[in-house]
Amino acid sequence: MPRDSDVQVVTANLLREGHVVWLAADGSWTRDLSRARTFDDKAAAEAALAEAARRTDLVVGCYLAPMRATPQGPEPVHFREAFRRAGPSARAAHPF
Amino acid sequence: MYAYDDFDRDFLAERNRQFRAQVERRLSGALTEEEFRPLRLMNGLYLQLHAYMLRVAIPYGTLNPGQMRKLAEVGARWDRGYGHFTTRQNIQFNWPQLTDVPDMLDALAEVGLHAIQTSGNTIRNVTADHFAGAAADEIADPRPWAELIRQWSTDHPEFQFLPRKFKIAVTGSPHDRAVTRAHDIGLRMVRRGDEAGFEVIVGGGLGRTPMLGPVIREFLPADALLPYLEAIVATYNLLGRRDNKYKARIKITVHENGIDRVRELVEARFVQTQAEFDAAATAAQFDHIAAQFAPPVLRAADPAPYHAAREADPVFRAWADTNLHPHRDPSHAIVTISLKAHGATPGDATSEQMQVIADLAEAHGYGEIRISHEQNVILPHVARTDLPALHARLRRYGLATANVGLVSDIIACPGMDYCALATARSIPVAQDIAVHFERLKLEHDIGPLKIKISGCINACGHHHVGHIGILGLDRAGVETYQITLGGDGTEDAALGERTGPGFAYDEIVPAIERILRAYLSLRKGRAETFLAAYRRLGAVPFKAALYDKERADAA
Repeated sequence: MPRDSDVQVVTANLLREGHVVWLAADGSWTRDLSRARTFDDKAAAEAALAEAARRTDLVVGCYLAPMRATPQGPEPVHFREAFRRAGPSARAAHPF
Repeated sequence: MYAYDDFDRDFLAERNRQFRAQVERRLSGALTEEEFRPLRLMNGLYLQLHAYMLRVAIPYGTLNPGQMRKLAEVGARWDRGYGHFTTRQNIQFNWPQLTDVPDMLDALAEVGLHAIQTSGNTIRNVTADHFAGAAADEIADPRPWAELIRQWSTDHPEFQFLPRKFKIAVTGSPHDRAVTRAHDIGLRMVRRGDEAGFEVIVGGGLGRTPMLGPVIREFLPADALLPYLEAIVATYNLLGRRDNKYKARIKITVHENGIDRVRELVEARFVQTQAEFDAAATAAQFDHIAAQFAPPVLRAADPAPYHAAREADPVFRAWADTNLHPHRDPSHAIVTISLKAHGATPGDATSEQMQVIADLAEAHGYGEIRISHEQNVILPHVARTDLPALHARLRRYGLATANVGLVSDIIACPGMDYCALATARSIPVAQDIAVHFERLKLEHDIGPLKIKISGCINACGHHHVGHIGILGLDRAGVETYQITLGGDGTEDAALGERTGPGFAYDEIVPAIERILRAYLSLRKGRAETFLAAYRRLGAVPFKAALYDKERADAA
């Protein structure tokens, strides 16, 4: 079994909308982290990142984010990635 | 206020046309992201954590009702029905789509607003005292000078690629509400005999190396302002470091070379720039601008309804006690509309609220609106007789929170809820502090207090000059908050001192409570503010309150 942060996902923002997206197993971009393709091999992750980063007509700012593999899918290791998935934590308290 | 002439309108239309074409070329693939990024940043468009963000300049914090309505419309039509007023008197829209931004900029241009130089290594939006033109303590309205600076600095060909961003603040009052000593250049209007001029401060700034700027010129005749600014920025452009981003701001240039050396170079350059400037044309343009900032003709009105409402309505009285500031005409008041309702995001206003503020400015405020760096809205001229009616309308829209200058009137940067640079959240910390002290009913007892929160070392939340400053950091993957005490952004400017080890997210509100309970038990009386008590007592008793409790718990 890989250790806690040994899985990685490819993430980016959509060029047009700006939304946070992850690279899915079928090569599409998904807004649902649980559908993201996980890489436990560093070289494979780097290769997928390089390939994804070429899709500059679709996405900007591609990078690899460390995740913890769980039965429900990848879970963020770092709180920054948790906020990227969840959106602003302050919105719950927002009066609008 | 200043109204665009044909030159301004044509310039903006052309600039927006260029950006529309740049967006099209990016979408078609003719421009790479690397090529496009600096172009979008020059037009105020960032890519943040969750979405794009468009930062629109509100020059020297002044808006008219038509502009406020347009901001409301932009928020409703192309964003999520709100905008966020920032600590630099800008507004940020947090959810625009790239494809909509050219239309948003065209809509803003209809009312003379733009996003030019709200990013990049250029001279940024010029900020000013938010009570400018109304305050009782003012020497003169600084905004005509700020507008002159805006015109000079916008698209200035020599200053589009400075070593780093460059921020100018100006105040016309001896009471500094513009934090002039924490800017790259701070300008304070002063008089020498009959002559008006500026005290010029250079090399202040917060961020990772906070510094209060020293005075480079004690008295600069007002008509020499532009050539002198040109001399400072040109000197910095050559002398400032480009080898290290963290040493590129002018505060480091001044620190490394010494203010005397910088002054020598600036004065030498000033001889040249003054000769090159067309003084007569500049003076004519200044007069043209100044005429548009003529103060409103204030109507005479009986303040009796104001006094009657104070007597009859404790809610109105509480609001009047905190949210009004003396106007130069005693029959009027300066009204601060708090955007800090307990539990709300500091600085956020819904499109509906913006429309209401525009309506109220027209009905009661001579059509004038200001945005403060403290993330509130100001109606600078309101007849006291109108205040009860104004207050009643504000209440209906959640805009009558009576907390200006108190513990819940917190400055907070967007932090990790929005910002790609942030290392921790700041908005929920501000919300939690505000709600906590509201629940304890201690807010009015604690009295005047400025809490300022930044979610990273860049210090957009001005934490170094907060009476209590909070800095959110990422320590080994955990949000951690450092506290500074004793900071002050006024004419008595001081940088806060760090108390010691930081606190976890769920420890920060109790930590602030321990500091404030210590203050309440140590102060000489209600007249001694937190800052005054801190200056008298020093950090020791507050550190004891912060950390002794922790040690006791651990034991």
